[in-house]
Amino acid sequence: MPRRRPLRHVTFTLGAAITLALIVTAGLSLVYTPADPLAMSIAARLQGPTGAHPFGTDHFGRDVLSRVMTGAVTSIAVGLIAVGIGAGVGMLLGILGGYLGGWVDEALMRLVDAVQGFPAILSALLFTAVFAPGVLVSMVAIGIAFVPAFARLARGSFLTLREREFVAAARALGGGDPRVVLRHILPNALPPLIVQATTSFPVAILAEAALAYLGLGTQPPHPSWGLMLKEAQNFLSLNPWFAVFPGGAIALTVLGLNLLGDGLRDLLDPRTV
Amino acid sequence: MRRYVARRVAALAATLLVVSALVFVVVRVLPGDPAALIMGTEGSPEATARLRESMGLDRPLAVQYLDWILGALRGDLGRSIQYDLPVGELIVSRLPVTLPLALLAAAFMVLLAIPLGLYAATHHRRSGDYVAMVVSQLGISIPQFWSGLLLILLFSVTLGWVRSGGFDGWSAGVWPAVRSLLLPAAALGFFQAAVLVRATRSAVLDVLREDYVRTARAKGVSERLVVGKHTLRNALIPVVTVAGIQLGQLVAGAIVLESVFALPGLGRLALGAIGARDLPVVQGVALFVASAIVVINFAVDLAYGFLDPRIRYE
Repeated sequence: MPRRRPLRHVTFTLGAAITLALIVTAGLSLVYTPADPLAMSIAARLQGPTGAHPFGTDHFGRDVLSRVMTGAVTSIAVGLIAVGIGAGVGMLLGILGGYLGGWVDEALMRLVDAVQGFPAILSALLFTAVFAPGVLVSMVAIGIAFVPAFARLARGSFLTLREREFVAAARALGGGDPRVVLRHILPNALPPLIVQATTSFPVAILAEAALAYLGLGTQPPHPSWGLMLKEAQNFLSLNPWFAVFPGGAIALTVLGLNLLGDGLRDLLDPRTV
Repeated sequence: MRRYVARRVAALAATLLVVSALVFVVVRVLPGDPAALIMGTEGSPEATARLRESMGLDRPLAVQYLDWILGALRGDLGRSIQYDLPVGELIVSRLPVTLPLALLAAAFMVLLAIPLGLYAATHHRRSGDYVAMVVSQLGISIPQFWSGLLLILLFSVTLGWVRSGGFDGWSAGVWPAVRSLLLPAAALGFFQAAVLVRATRSAVLDVLREDYVRTARAKGVSERLVVGKHTLRNALIPVVTVAGIQLGQLVAGAIVLESVFALPGLGRLALGAIGARDLPVVQGVALFVASAIVVINFAVDLAYGFLDPRIRYE
């Protein structure tokens, strides 16, 4: 098989570069932003891009560039934790169903089918009716929406792998269920789940922005790209730039992560050689 | 085939039961005392107790669940605290906004995605394919509500062709109502189309590599017939699955777009109910939307079985 060089793969390289820029921006915002993202200045409100404020200012005169930089941290944090919740719970359900089979599998799959009826927005609506809206609601609601995909993938892999000879051999050598699952089946089932995690991450970022936009996620004055777009909507005719930069940040981030995911899949899948 | 359908219907019934249990647990069990949640800090203990009794919250949870689910089966989803109207009636009154919005967006999605995906596949690794893929990649990356805002900025703020939001209802005429839904449906449909373009392209490419397509070409069948008859029909099977999943996403996306364009649909009903702590409405909308998505998924499953006989014999 010819050896593939990741850096020669345009999609992968472009995606990795954009993703790296996102991570660096988020990391940098923890120690430095051009201005205090929460500092208001009524005299400087709703300005377009200037030397002092390259992305302009919002309706409270806050620096949009600093807020976009800080918003990257929220997006990454929500994305990582939501994918973690979806992957953790989904894999657990899928592994139990796929390995045990029978009525346990049937019951768990009905649960997974039911959870599929709850997109992140619907779960967030439900949780916000009962608990206060916030980042935590976003993380849990988005995580729940990811559960079915991870559960189905893990179940499918376990159904196939549990019949393979190496699993029978491990069992014949006296391996108990936990050992067979964790040492022998799980490592072989992981690659598609890793690809699923990378493709879920940009979806989580989009969902976080949508929930913040609806007022169900991150709450003001904390910067979030979706929340900034919600605030910008009322001032579209006065300062369109206010809506352009946070929206552009979301689009660029999601584009970078999608390209990275596509590139990774190409590089890891031997059929694309 | 009958056995396949019966099996799927039984699974659907079980799934809907789990959906109802999940909604019930979140709204009635997690808050501890829903009456106290609805009354908030301003409610006196007596008023809270009265509300608890009138909503039947003083009965055992199992009885409450049974009562609620049997009512739901008859179309009775309880009474809105904010509007003092039956929840079912409120949901039905908002459907003429949400349903046409989702259907219009679905039409945008299919009309854009299938021809573009087909074009990309039949022009594989040529400039047309690359352009289609770049457009699709951009479409997936742009959040629906941001494209909604950009459409408002262009067509409403800059060009002044349409108003930025609102809906006067169907009684004002079909065209004015459709015109109010065009921009949100375009924003919603474009995003979903971007996903479907990739699925269509990849499905058509797979079929174009099949032996029977090569045979048809070798027999001198015209390219139009090869693509239109031999390829598209078989490629449609996975495309229908993806499109079906997208339909569920369209319902969820409609909730967001209703907020961007100030449309009085189901999403705005639920968001307003949260602000007013109107739990019966939130519970009813959640049950309705989640059940609708589950039923759509079931219909896709069934369609898949009809289109591909191998599925139903598995």
